[in-house]
Amino acid sequence: MTALADPPSHQFQVDANRTSSDTPRRAAVRRALSNYQTARDRTGATFTDWKSARAAAATIKHEAVNHLDQYLEEFEKKFTARGGKVFWASDSKQARDYILNLAEAKGVRSIVKSKAMTGEEIHLNQALLAKGYGVVESDLGEYIQQLKGEAPYHFVFPCMHLRRDEISDLFEKELGTAKTDSPEELTMIARRVLRRAYIEADMGISGGNFIVAETGMISITENEGNARLTVGLPKIHVALIGIEKVVPRLGDLALFLPMLATAGTGQHLTGYNSMYGGPRQPGEIDGPDEFHVVFLDNHRTRLLADPEQRDALHCIRCGACLNVCPIFKNIGGHTYGTTYQGPIGSVITPHFRGLEDWKHLSGASSLCGACTETCPVGIDIHHHLLHNRRNAAAQKPAAGEQFLWKAFAFLMKRPALYKFATKFAPLGSLLHPLIERTMVDPVRSWTDTREFPQAPLHSFRAQFKAHQRAKTSATSNGGAQ
Amino acid sequence: MRVTLFVPCFIDSLYPNVGMAMVHVLERLGHTVEFPENQTCCGQPPFNSGYWDEARAVASKQIAVFKDAEIILSGSGSCGAMFKVFYPELFHGQPMEAEAKAIAAKTWEFSEFLVNKLGVTDLGARFEGRATFHDGCHGLRELGTKLAPRELLKHVKGLELIEMGEAETCCGFGGTFAVKYPQISTAMAEVKCNSIQETKADYVISNDSSCLMQIGGWLNRNVGSVKCLHLAEVLASR
Repeated sequence: MTALADPPSHQFQVDANRTSSDTPRRAAVRRALSNYQTARDRTGATFTDWKSARAAAATIKHEAVNHLDQYLEEFEKKFTARGGKVFWASDSKQARDYILNLAEAKGVRSIVKSKAMTGEEIHLNQALLAKGYGVVESDLGEYIQQLKGEAPYHFVFPCMHLRRDEISDLFEKELGTAKTDSPEELTMIARRVLRRAYIEADMGISGGNFIVAETGMISITENEGNARLTVGLPKIHVALIGIEKVVPRLGDLALFLPMLATAGTGQHLTGYNSMYGGPRQPGEIDGPDEFHVVFLDNHRTRLLADPEQRDALHCIRCGACLNVCPIFKNIGGHTYGTTYQGPIGSVITPHFRGLEDWKHLSGASSLCGACTETCPVGIDIHHHLLHNRRNAAAQKPAAGEQFLWKAFAFLMKRPALYKFATKFAPLGSLLHPLIERTMVDPVRSWTDTREFPQAPLHSFRAQFKAHQRAKTSATSNGGAQ
Repeated sequence: MRVTLFVPCFIDSLYPNVGMAMVHVLERLGHTVEFPENQTCCGQPPFNSGYWDEARAVASKQIAVFKDAEIILSGSGSCGAMFKVFYPELFHGQPMEAEAKAIAAKTWEFSEFLVNKLGVTDLGARFEGRATFHDGCHGLRELGTKLAPRELLKHVKGLELIEMGEAETCCGFGGTFAVKYPQISTAMAEVKCNSIQETKADYVISNDSSCLMQIGGWLNRNVGSVKCLHLAEVLASR
């Protein structure tokens, strides 16, 4: 008999147990994100009106997402006119196969990659490594995670959970370098390895932050210059991009580039913002000979078909919702077990990978709404978590839970029965200490870590009744005198 | 004015003083306070769990109970948000949509009602102590309540209000979330309570008793010295 794989909901509970009690790591992540928040607030304040900027961004993304067919085809026409190639991948297998076949056909041996969450989404590195290609991640954070054999912790800050000494130890173990506490030295170690990788690579793979329909170009935003080298040096380039990343006009970037930088990292503008329009043109001195854009659907059209949650496709992957999320801050990125962590990941993963397996992420939220409040493109994130919960209950109600809510509704629809039941609250309070924190304590998952309040002898309704009686008798007594 | 109280189930059974404090404050201002006996729960627990049919069954009872109210007043931002924000969504496209919207339109959170409907900020309250204020998420982000409770507390004689760093951070209650994911919920409570303690406050005040159940639950287990009070209790004290 084969053992059942650990279901994601169980893995989540187990990992959350471990990470939520890792006090030093939680404190470090909170510290880093509090610095981010300060920077973001400062930069956000330099916008004339951040609120209007958000509204404008939401309007542009709404237009783009609701005319995806039109704008993506406009991109394709302009991009292919300059010799670029476009492949439309319905799912991860089609995307992987296209890239693997291309690498094989062109006799590629080594590949350098700049940061692409779509690559994580389709498990591209694993597929390339299995076929014997050398693959090096060139974003420093991603490179560290690759060396560590770990998925990114946060889709914008891949190794934000690691301390400097942990990175130094990792480099010592994997690269044989001497221990150091200097961030500059650590960067230089990675840089020496990565420079060689750019020069050796026959193929570069990147993601893309924006697809500009009007000019048939992709826009890549980065802080290290690694994406420029990844696109510029190897002979073949492949950009793997989710279809929702489109914006209609070049002018839209005047809003989106500073907005992505502000919401993502608290910068006014990211260090490098590049536009790529295809392979090297006659007379140009650099750029790849071949430029392929792989448009990834992978169930994004499933989200597009849902008018209630379609705005989740507005996401520009700035990561702001993770940065303010109290759940993320306390359990960290790996606990989610998804490519896209945090609130937006909890919304979209059930659409991408199945509601039944991933509904627990929508349940693991206090619905505080900090994500929605911060989202620069106005996605109604925390309400979509509610919608996922509703859809999950409708699709496949959990037997025990459904019974509980039916019983709850039965009680709450009957005021007399409810009043009768609440009369036992003080008695329950009196007896509760006898079983508190034992196996039979019905509120043990509360009382294990928190005190449960004592129910006073007289409920509000009893006190209010007495109060009204006292008032009436005072008035009538007053009248008699 | 005739004010009809919606008293959430946990205030009714666990924190009756909060409800009575609201009654006292309103009566001192000369308003008539009503409490319809047949109210039960707003329906938020099944609603947040995804069981909207069951939530509607409970909510439709409350809609009937409060149909004739002039003003519906809630001492919890969370239950207030259920009436005001989520009833219209829950009944969208349903036979009772118009009634649900009517209920939403006349629902007020306690502090918003005092400050923005009645225009009262000084209730002549006196309360000696050093306190910090916790913003309940539903009140803050669904109803937009931020300044009203602070306006009211500013006028309480003897009260020193110190803002905590994590005032707007969720306490981790989240209804059934608190028992379905107790480890995450407790970690969130710890962050919140550490921030409360950093202010050296003797009291933490909020306009939502459900948050205070979580905050108090953690403080009483781990600290013991900081006391939780609902805004109404502070405003009612003399």
